Amino acid sequence: MPKVTIDGHEIEVSQGTTIMQATKQLAIEVPYYCWHPGLSVAGNCRMCLVDVEGPPKPQIACYTQVTEGMVVHTQSEKAKKARKGTLEFLLSNHPLDCPVCDQAGECDLQNFYMDHGQYDSRFDEQKHKKKKAQPVGENVMLDQERCVLCSRCVRFCDEITGTGELGIVNRGSHEEITVFPGKEVNNAYSGNVVDICPVGALTDRDFRFKCRVWYLSSQDSVCPGCSQGCNIRIDSNLSRPQHGEGERVMRLKPRENLNVNDYWMCDEGRYNYNFIDRNRIQTASRVKEGVVEEILFEDAVDSLASVLGDAVREQRHGRIGVLVSTQLTNEDLFFVKKFFKTNLGMDAVESRFSFPEGSSDDFLIKADKSPNTAGAQALEVIASGTYQSGEDLIDKTIAGEFDVLISFGVDIDGLLGKEKLDAILEKVTLLAYVGSNHNETSKKAQLVIPSTVYAEKDGTFTNVHGRVQRIWPAFPPLGQARPEWQIICDLSEKTGFSVSADDAESIFSEITQTVSSFQGLSYEKLGKEGSLLSTVKETVEK
Amino acid sequence: MTEKLITKYLELTDANKIDVFESKDGYSRIQKVLKELKPEEVVDEVKKSNLRGLGGAGFSTGMKWSFIPKDGKKPVYLVCNCDEAEPGTFKDRHIVTSTPHLLLEGMMIAAFAVNAHKAYIFIRGEYERPYERLAKAVEEAYAKGYLGKNIFGSGYDLDIVVHQGAGAYICGEESALLEALEGKKGWPRLKPPFPAVVGLFGCPTVINNVETLSYLPLVMQGGADWFSKLAGEEKSGGTRLFCVSGHVNKPGIYELPVDTTLRSLIYDHAGGIRGGKQLKAVVPGGISAPILSAEEIDVKMDFDSLRAAGTMAGSGGVMVMDEDTNMVEALMVASRFFAHESCGQCSPCREGSAWLYKIVKRINEGEGRVEDLDSMLSIAGNISGTTICALGDAAAMPVTSYIKKFRSDFEDYISDCHLPVETQS
Ligand SMILES: Cc1cc2nc3c(=O)[nH]c(=O)nc-3n(C[C@H](O)[C@H](O)[C@H](O)COP(=O)(O)O)c2cc1C
Ligand code: SF4
Ligand code: SF4
Ligand code: FES
Repeated sequence: MPKVTIDGHEIEVSQGTTIMQATKQLAIEVPYYCWHPGLSVAGNCRMCLVDVEGPPKPQIACYTQVTEGMVVHTQSEKAKKARKGTLEFLLSNHPLDCPVCDQAGECDLQNFYMDHGQYDSRFDEQKHKKKKAQPVGENVMLDQERCVLCSRCVRFCDEITGTGELGIVNRGSHEEITVFPGKEVNNAYSGNVVDICPVGALTDRDFRFKCRVWYLSSQDSVCPGCSQGCNIRIDSNLSRPQHGEGERVMRLKPRENLNVNDYWMCDEGRYNYNFIDRNRIQTASRVKEGVVEEILFEDAVDSLASVLGDAVREQRHGRIGVLVSTQLTNEDLFFVKKFFKTNLGMDAVESRFSFPEGSSDDFLIKADKSPNTAGAQALEVIASGTYQSGEDLIDKTIAGEFDVLISFGVDIDGLLGKEKLDAILEKVTLLAYVGSNHNETSKKAQLVIPSTVYAEKDGTFTNVHGRVQRIWPAFPPLGQARPEWQIICDLSEKTGFSVSADDAESIFSEITQTVSSFQGLSYEKLGKEGSLLSTVKETVEK
Repeated sequence: MTEKLITKYLELTDANKIDVFESKDGYSRIQKVLKELKPEEVVDEVKKSNLRGLGGAGFSTGMKWSFIPKDGKKPVYLVCNCDEAEPGTFKDRHIVTSTPHLLLEGMMIAAFAVNAHKAYIFIRGEYERPYERLAKAVEEAYAKGYLGKNIFGSGYDLDIVVHQGAGAYICGEESALLEALEGKKGWPRLKPPFPAVVGLFGCPTVINNVETLSYLPLVMQGGADWFSKLAGEEKSGGTRLFCVSGHVNKPGIYELPVDTTLRSLIYDHAGGIRGGKQLKAVVPGGISAPILSAEEIDVKMDFDSLRAAGTMAGSGGVMVMDEDTNMVEALMVASRFFAHESCGQCSPCREGSAWLYKIVKRINEGEGRVEDLDSMLSIAGNISGTTICALGDAAAMPVTSYIKKFRSDFEDYISDCHLPVETQS
């Protein structure tokens, strides 16, 4: 365990630790372009040069390993001069088109210039002309002039996806990033090259020119796109609605979690955010004499509560079925189960569906496109008695076993087709839909109650490996939408039961006290990275 | 001229043919080594000979070999560097063309010493005829059983593969050369690890220059003592091939003890300056070496003396410039070379070498300003010591040395260019 002193701070690190890693441990900032914790060390940008006592030349922090007794200065004249020199070189051929560059505001050339550059330009020569705004894939735009040739994007495609679409061609200052002939950066993770590009050379075709990054607010979250639960950041623009045509979410970005997704996320998840702002159910509604009419949220809850109350009173609660989507949080699921099964005494509450499997790979993308299937399993949101699955429950509805069917986010039409949905409507007296977005089921349901999307609520998802992870509201719900657990609280109050909670966190603590696999967990303990269910011991999470 | 070692073969008619080579002790040294010595004994002998790497860095050859791990866990490779792209250097080409078997014999000795069974020769892409000669020599050696399995009946196996480069100076840098041999873009690797530990295909690898390897048969024949004393020097052994070019009466390759002075090389051996002119400057070790002024030529040509004089022995390429030389143009040509040959991997060299060339080109075109000179010194200073490989330093060194030593030439040129045309000198 060698000891190293950096800027006067001594630290003991494990063998093989680089100066860069040691500075991170000490929270000392050393600027870098080519280094990335998820990629091999290239050592080519020379921005991380630091002054190591002994060798006459400055050393790169990203590659140089700490040795016993090493003394490093990151702020000596030698180190500063080296960094300033490197930055001047990197900017010498750079077009300096920040005003029209999408990266402005989150560009490491801008950032490090303010910290380490601040010189008067003395580059008086003709700059190299290279290609600008060149699409290199469905999601990625390349500007060769802005590229600092750090090779991060190349290494990503070589080392992470193994697809190798990108390369650096030519020599010297004529070098440029390009796609190999006949190739495009269209791998399933292509958006990540934009994230890791430290400058404005690779920009996101989806995000380009939508919004200046300084208008964005960020909230940590978890991608609901599949059961992997990649950690993400929701970047939204609330202050300048005119820039996003009124839409709030501008983009999703992966957030580091070495247990789940390292630094990456897939394109499918990344670009799957439009549903947050589009096609939302914003008001409650009901079908009256064949016509859809908007009603007050309270009236919708009242009307569902009275159907439920009557059924219980008349001992007809066995003729009510509940379908529950695994898009719901653990907290929502727990309350749905508690209310319908424990309080109302119903059997037919079901979250098991054989959804058609989506694409998958051996890295992050899982075939199960729900974020919380494992949570529903752990919480046993499954029907008792003879019911086998959601599909089974639907068939039995069509066979006449239920008078009332309530769907929490399950689009019956989308799942099983129009015929089944219509057959259900022939049989039941009420099909109620509680959900966030319009679909064929919501359009035909006799009662619709708007609920929130994941980006609007607190809660947790349990991923495929049994990792329980927090989500946080990025902004308030649209319209009348409320989280499912609150809708349950309302129904409970109206029907005279006592399912209630002030917030998602108190539901979670109830879960931890009643469901053994959640024992010992708390929001505090989950933190930003989540924790495994106590029933999951050793696991290879990826 | 004192001893003719390699030159003896260079001057021998048809020495590229195996029979002719063998008639002059050819392949007798390797046979003796295989019969009489253990690999460690060869390493020791070469260490004692003070043979230094003649590719440019001047590292002790025996010492370099001794860094090869002895655990035998991975195969060891020998690589011969025949990329010879340093301007002013043309000795390897001559060896490979005129006496390729001398190189092959040297490679056999080196391979045996480090226990390599596979060796590569990386030859500069432009060297078409030398390549043909070399390939032919390898073929002849295989035909005679000197390469392949059980060479010379010794039980020792050795294969040699000749690989043609694709025309990049940087592929002469040993780790870029390895990358290129592995089929990748010729980009220098970060060091450490050095090739002796992690080299070709991740295995321990010895890389030596053509000339270094070609001296081995002669060192083994004459003995380490003899060789090391040829130059009367302790640390730099023997002789080497000096490639003299430029404004001398007799440009060419001169094999001389390394304690010969630069003055003697120019005036006694290369016939002095052409047309009776005055000497202005000399680049003593390939274009990467800092330039010396006419007053600085009483320096011995061994690695240590030239280093002490602030320059380097490098590849032995001695470029002589007479009094009429335009230093601005000379520097522009040097800078153009480095800007063109920078591999582009690391920022300071990629951007800096191009920037320097653009400035000196502008000066040469008459658009210079006196401040440009200090800018160039500062830019060169920012490249030095901050790059992945030595090409960055090499790009900086001519700039620094030409401007420091010939500043008034640059200043006069700049101010002359701003005079009305009729008064320009
Ligand atoms: C930019 C650059 C170019 C080089 N080119 C050559 C070359 O063409 N031939 C060569 O033998 N060594 C060249 N070298 C030196 C090699 O890296 C290496 O030191 C040498 O091949 C080792 O052999 P030696 O010990 O026999 O000299 C070059 C080094 C640098 C930095
Ligand atoms: S495009 Fe971006 S990530 Fe790729 S090499 Fe250039 S600067 Fe680096
Ligand atoms: S110093 Fe120049 S040649 Fe060497 S790695 Fe860097 S860019 Fe390439
Ligand atoms: S971060 Fe160290 S060289 Fe680029």
